[in-house]
Formats: sequence, structure tokens, C-alpha cells
Amino acid sequence: MINIVSKSGNLAPYLKATTQTVASQIKQLSPAVPASLKIVVPPVQELHTNYSLSNSLPSGRVRVLSGPGVTTQVRFAHTDIQIPDFSAYRRKDVQDGTAVSRRSEDSRKSFTYLVVGGGAVVGAYAAKTLVGEFVSSMSASADVLALAKIEIKLGDIPEGKSVTFKWRGKPLFIRHRTPSEIQTERNVDVQSLRDPQHDADRVQDAEWLVIIGVCTHLGCVPIANAGDFGGYYCPCHGSHYDASGRIRRGPAPLNLEVPNYEFPGDGTLIVG
Amino acid sequence: TNISMWWNFGSLLGVCLIAQIATGLFLAMHYCPNTEAAFSSVAHICRDVNYGWILRTMHANGASMFFICIYLHIGRNIYYGSYKLVHTWSIGVLILFATMATAFLGYVLPWGQMSFWGATVITNLLSAVPYIGTILVQWVWGGFAVDNATLTRFFALHFLMPFAIAALAMVHLLFLHQTGSNNPLGLKSDTDKIPFHPYFVTKDIVGFIILFTALSTLSLKEPYLLSDPDNFIPANPLVTPVHIQPELYFMFAYAILRSIPNKLGGVVALVMSIAILFALPAYKSKFTGTQFYPANQLMFWIMTNTVLLLTWIGARPVEDPYIVTGQILTTIYFMYYIITPLTTKHWDQLNK
Repeated sequence: MINIVSKSGNLAPYLKATTQTVASQIKQLSPAVPASLKIVVPPVQELHTNYSLSNSLPSGRVRVLSGPGVTTQVRFAHTDIQIPDFSAYRRKDVQDGTAVSRRSEDSRKSFTYLVVGGGAVVGAYAAKTLVGEFVSSMSASADVLALAKIEIKLGDIPEGKSVTFKWRGKPLFIRHRTPSEIQTERNVDVQSLRDPQHDADRVQDAEWLVIIGVCTHLGCVPIANAGDFGGYYCPCHGSHYDASGRIRRGPAPLNLEVPNYEFPGDGTLIVG
Repeated sequence: TNISMWWNFGSLLGVCLIAQIATGLFLAMHYCPNTEAAFSSVAHICRDVNYGWILRTMHANGASMFFICIYLHIGRNIYYGSYKLVHTWSIGVLILFATMATAFLGYVLPWGQMSFWGATVITNLLSAVPYIGTILVQWVWGGFAVDNATLTRFFALHFLMPFAIAALAMVHLLFLHQTGSNNPLGLKSDTDKIPFHPYFVTKDIVGFIILFTALSTLSLKEPYLLSDPDNFIPANPLVTPVHIQPELYFMFAYAILRSIPNKLGGVVALVMSIAILFALPAYKSKFTGTQFYPANQLMFWIMTNTVLLLTWIGARPVEDPYIVTGQILTTIYFMYYIITPLTTKHWDQLNK
């Protein structure tokens, strides 16, 4: 015996007094009474909406008991499920319900993949552009780039003098070297240097030394015309640089940096 | 399955918030919240910073899009009776207040004439509070007038508030997911659910594309269409512009504020014009929404048009005939909230 506890729904046939659609031992609810009058009732027009279709579902607390003690089962006939007509949404190839969908599978899938693939390419490009815009907004802005080059009149710097300019937020040392300074630096044994570099490799015109005045140890600004090597001395931790900006003594690991520069030829120097 | 385009505005608001936070964050990297440098820093962003111009215009116009979406979202909720989801609705009104506060604070930051004088006018409203008004205003200002101290704290608060809005939005969704969404029929839709992916993922993406198109068109073709030319003049505490007015999205509230001749009364009306939304869940009806209440539908559209007309009035100078027009429209606006529940009750009784 199966005990069915739920709201009626489409289980009504099983609970009617006069009809037994399943051979079971379900007791009739009440004894059958023959109808004496023929009553004609127009058939109910059932609209297939989500709401009306959902009424076919059992609702409430549906419980079905089954097990060793039960001898029968009830099956729903799935052939009576009403499905709305979706032909307005179907593709041309599969409009006909009897058409073999596998035949048009390739063309249908190709179209879908093409559209999705194209959309993905456009989307990827758009995403890349968007991220690129945000990231590049953090890069140097136009006013910073405008100060990225400096032009110096070399005629204003006397021989033997080292002048400091602010360039890209850092001190720039321009030294007008004397012939004896140049000779001294050319004669230095390169192999004895911590950071071996020949003076000729560090200057374009031997008369002008162009270096960035930031100590390569921990970033302090060295003092010009100081130290034991006729160049620069960093007071923070005692690094000595020569007149070519090379480290000679002290904790700094590298020579003072040489930036990009050029002599356009009219007695000026452009750095950057 | 029957939720219409009006249900897209929730996700659109989320997108707006993310866009505002992203653009705002990158703007904050270049902005300087000091009265000496604020105006120039905004010019620097627009001219020197790589893509700064688009960051700025997207952020300014994004705020307008945010308010368009939020007003349409609220309109949908009133029309379809979604305010019956009390907790979701209440958090939503809080989000509206927080968004209005954030937008107000943000508008002060460029430190143009309208930024300064808008800040002065609105912060001066606090002096209407009885007894503690003056002390309260000076505490908010950090001085005796809107000045550097005000600008720096407004920047800090403008940076902070969107994250509070994001948190509130998450709570808003939390409550919404307890009950599920409403739908245009106002009926229970438990048997009619479809998976979020792919249906509403795609539907939301369509909404994003439309929003992005609108925002881009505005930002790229007419970026200053909705802004005030007075804000291109650096703030001058000694010269007040002839027409002080807030941005478009605050105009209706500004019109309501100016309609009441009394200072404190105007402030109360301003706050109540938004806070009255808290009262809506108390309006009971047999059916959810206005689908079956044609009289209420008519009143809703009258109210919507009243708000649009109030927006127009807010931009007009305080002269005849705009004064009395504004007062009539203010009355109509508040009358909607009083008449609606009565109409609903009457209609329900008629249909008994």
C-alpha cells in the first residue's frame, strides 16, 4: 500500500470515487453514485503559462512511502507533459521538429563560436585598453616629462669649477675639468678600481664631466672638490670619488652614474 | 522569468559604484586636497596626467549616471511595490543618503566657485539646528568658514564613504537574497525561477553596455554638458556667484528646500523629501505594486513629473513665477505620499 499525503494536483484521478487508473489497492474515497442528469460543461481551455503548468506539480508536503512493506508503485506518464511552443526562438535549421539536429550541428555551432569568439577578442582588447589607461595614468605626467631635459650654457662654467643643477629631482654635477685633472684621470690604472671604467668611456668631451650627484652607497649628495682624489667626497659614510666620478675609497660599490647627454654644438649641453 | 528591464538598475548601480571607486582612486593619486593647490591639481590631471582627462570626465559624469540609475531604481521599487521587502528597502534608503553625502563632498573637491559656495550654503543649513546650530557648523567647518580644514576633511570623507556604500550594498543584497526579488506582477515567483547564469548574466551585460555607451558618449562628446561653468573659476570667498545651484541630481531637493520660507522648515522639508521613503513599507495593499491600481499608477506618474519639474525649478532664480510654482510642486510631491495609501485602501474596498 502506498500512502500518498499531499494536495490533490494531478493525483486527483487516483483519488476520485469512480475511476481507478492504476490497479492498486487504493480504497475508493466514497461509493460511486450514478449521475441522473446529463450536464454539459464546456471543456476548460487550459493556457500554458508557468503558473498554470506549475499547478500540475504536486504541492504542499509531498510524501510517498515505499519499501518492503509496499507492493505497488505509481508512475507518471511523461507523455502527457505540455510544453509551450518555442518555434519563435528556434534557428531555421531546427524549426522542423523532425529534422535531424546533428546535420546542422556544425553550422549552428560555428556561428555561435564565431560570435562569441569575436566578442571575446573585442572584449579582451577593450579590457587591455582600460587597464592600460589606468596604469599609464600613474606614469610620468606631461609636466614631469617637460622637465625631463635640461639645457646648460657651458660658457657660464669656469675651468676647475663644478656646478650643480636640479635635474629630474636629483643633483646633476657639471665639472669643467682642467688639463691636469684630465691627465691624472687618464693615467689611473683601471684594474685597480672597484668599478673598472676608463675615463675615456665616461666622458664624450674630456673637458666636461657630466655625472649624477647621488652616492651609489645609500644616496647622499657628495661634496664637490673634496676628498683625497681631487673629485668628490660623500660625508654620510666616507666615500671618495675622483675627478672622473669613479669610486676610489669607501663603502660605495659603483662609480657615479653618467646620464645621457649631447653637445648640440652651440656652446650648450643638453642632458636627458 | 518575468523581471523586466527595470530590474537591471540594481546591477547597474553596482557597476557605477565600481567605476567611481576605480576612477576616483586613480584621481586621488594626483589630486591635492589643499586650497592652494586643489584647483590647479584638477587642471594638472586634465592636462598633464596620462589619460587624466578621461578619468576626470568619467568620474564626474559617472556620478550623474549613478543618480540616474538610483532614481530609476527607486521609481521601480515604488511602482511595483518592492518596498514591501522592508529590510532591503530600508538599507536602500540609507544607501541613497550615503550616496548623496558622497556626491556633495566630492563636488567640493575641485575648489571652484560652485564647489566653495555650494559647500557654504549646504553646511550653513546645519546652523538651523536649534541651540547647537552655530557650534555644530563651526565644528564641521573646522573653523569660522569653509576653508582648508573643511577641504581636507571633505576629501578624507569622500574617499571613505564609497566603501561604506559598498558594505551597505552587500547588506542590501543579503536581505534581498533572503526573500528573492519582486517581479512586475507582484505575485509569488517561487515556481518560476531560472538560473542566474546565463540568463541574467547576459541580461545584465546588455545593461552594462547601454550604460557604458551612455557614459562614454557623454564623457567623450560633451563632457561638461551637465556641469556648471562657474566651477572653472577658482573659489573666491569674497565673491558669490549670481546663481548658486547644485548639480542636476540634487535640484529637486534644492527646489523643495527653497520653497519653504522658514530656514529650519526648509531643512526639515529637504530631509523629509528623502526620509519619507522610510514610511512606504507601512502602506499595505491587497496586491503588490500598482499593476491593478490605475489610480495609483496615475499618481505615481504625476509624482515623477513633479520631481522633474522641481528639477527645472531648482535651476531657476528665486523670482516670480518660479517661487509659487516651486511651492505648488513641493505640495504636490508630499501629497503623493499622503494620498497614495488612502487611494489604495479605497480601491481595495471597492474591489471587495
